[in-house]
Amino acid sequence: MAEPVLTIEHLTKEYDGQTVLKDVSLQVHEGEVIVIVGPSGSGKSTLLRCINALEDIQGGEIRLRGQKITAGAKNLPQIRQKIGMVFQSYELFPHLTVMNNILLAPMKAQKRAKEEVQAEAMALLTRVGLADKADSLPRQLSGGQKQRVAIVRALCMHPEILLFDEVTAALDPEMVREVLEVILQLAENKRTMLIVTHEMPFARAVADRIILLDDGRIQDDTDPEEFFESPKTELAKRFLQSFEYTRTRKSDD
Amino acid sequence: MNWSYIQKVLPLYEKAALLTVRIGLLGILFAVLVGLLCSAVRQLKIPVLRSVVSAYIELSRNTPLLIQLFFIYYGLPKIGIRTSAEACGIAGLAFLGGSYMAEAFRSGLEAVGKIQHESAVSLGLTGLQAFRYVILPQAFAISIPGIMANVIFLLKETSVFSAISLMDLMFTAKDQIGLYYNTTECLALLVAFYLVILLPVSLLGSLLERRARHAEFGG
Repeated sequence: MAEPVLTIEHLTKEYDGQTVLKDVSLQVHEGEVIVIVGPSGSGKSTLLRCINALEDIQGGEIRLRGQKITAGAKNLPQIRQKIGMVFQSYELFPHLTVMNNILLAPMKAQKRAKEEVQAEAMALLTRVGLADKADSLPRQLSGGQKQRVAIVRALCMHPEILLFDEVTAALDPEMVREVLEVILQLAENKRTMLIVTHEMPFARAVADRIILLDDGRIQDDTDPEEFFESPKTELAKRFLQSFEYTRTRKSDD
Repeated sequence: MNWSYIQKVLPLYEKAALLTVRIGLLGILFAVLVGLLCSAVRQLKIPVLRSVVSAYIELSRNTPLLIQLFFIYYGLPKIGIRTSAEACGIAGLAFLGGSYMAEAFRSGLEAVGKIQHESAVSLGLTGLQAFRYVILPQAFAISIPGIMANVIFLLKETSVFSAISLMDLMFTAKDQIGLYYNTTECLALLVAFYLVILLPVSLLGSLLERRARHAEFGG
């Protein structure tokens, strides 16, 4: 098999003496979509943040196409350009218009020409249905629109891999779909993605592989069909049950 | 109200007002510089200097300007530094205002969440680029009301300069009252002149506040 886009080896992350990630190893190959699920506090978001060196790590190694990712290293900005990250809270820059939000990094970090990036940004905005919002400020947009802009902003950097950190968790339910459909489209275009989500039907639809993280360890690594239809581990069964609702009615007397 | 007296004394007040504005603006300019310097030291977490800045801020904010002025005006000559009363006034204002400005800048910087920085560096911007294009414009917009409040506060504080014989508005009014007992006219003029100086500053402040919320990054 070809060299993986992303390699994580024996990653250990500690917070104030508490181990949040324990010996996590993972490979992400070109065009692969991996969904990470697990109870809250299991370390899913921390794992994504480690990949982008937003957290320093206490053990192991993370490599993007063979290049080691180290917090504080000189080449970190260059590596980060190839890793697109979308946050739960959008994190658009509130003082810049939608277009300038998208243009900032390609122009300043990659030194690309404004016209070229602008044309690409416009094409992407059109694809996510936001062409008419280019000159709007973030606060004039709905949550779903903001998140779609954040995705376009990440795409415009031509990243090798996209990280999605619970990107619909802060959205009103009716806006979840418009964001997830954009991500589904990206999956169809064979984008390499690592997705943390609580939306199980979406996870099933988008994933090539499902990873169950619990207590800082990878507990299950399998294809979605098997994970949802016939979970092998006790932990996976219990986790999936937490999404089901049943009502115990008293029988009529 | 004795209008002919007011007409006669008006040029004196004009001269005093110019002095107030000149010392006020120069003092504020240096206060902003001191404030920026303190913010930079704190932001970059420079050891030792950081403690010096903290000590300075506490000292400057918790002592009256009048006493700071006396230290500068009577103290400096004792260690061999001779300067004009005007320079002392400017130095005093910068000493007092520097800490207030530093606090205004800090509140702005702290109001921009850490995750905005993370979002910027995640895109591949360097720390410096993230600060310049993402953090600073937002922090500045948030700081403006605080900065403008400080500017008005410092301009009003210039009224204690009369204590070191600077012929500012306050000094002139007190002088005139002492000479002619035209208390009503003198105090009315004093209020009028301070308003003429400060109202435009207030208006400018609200204008800036509205403008600063949007930014571009040129190029």
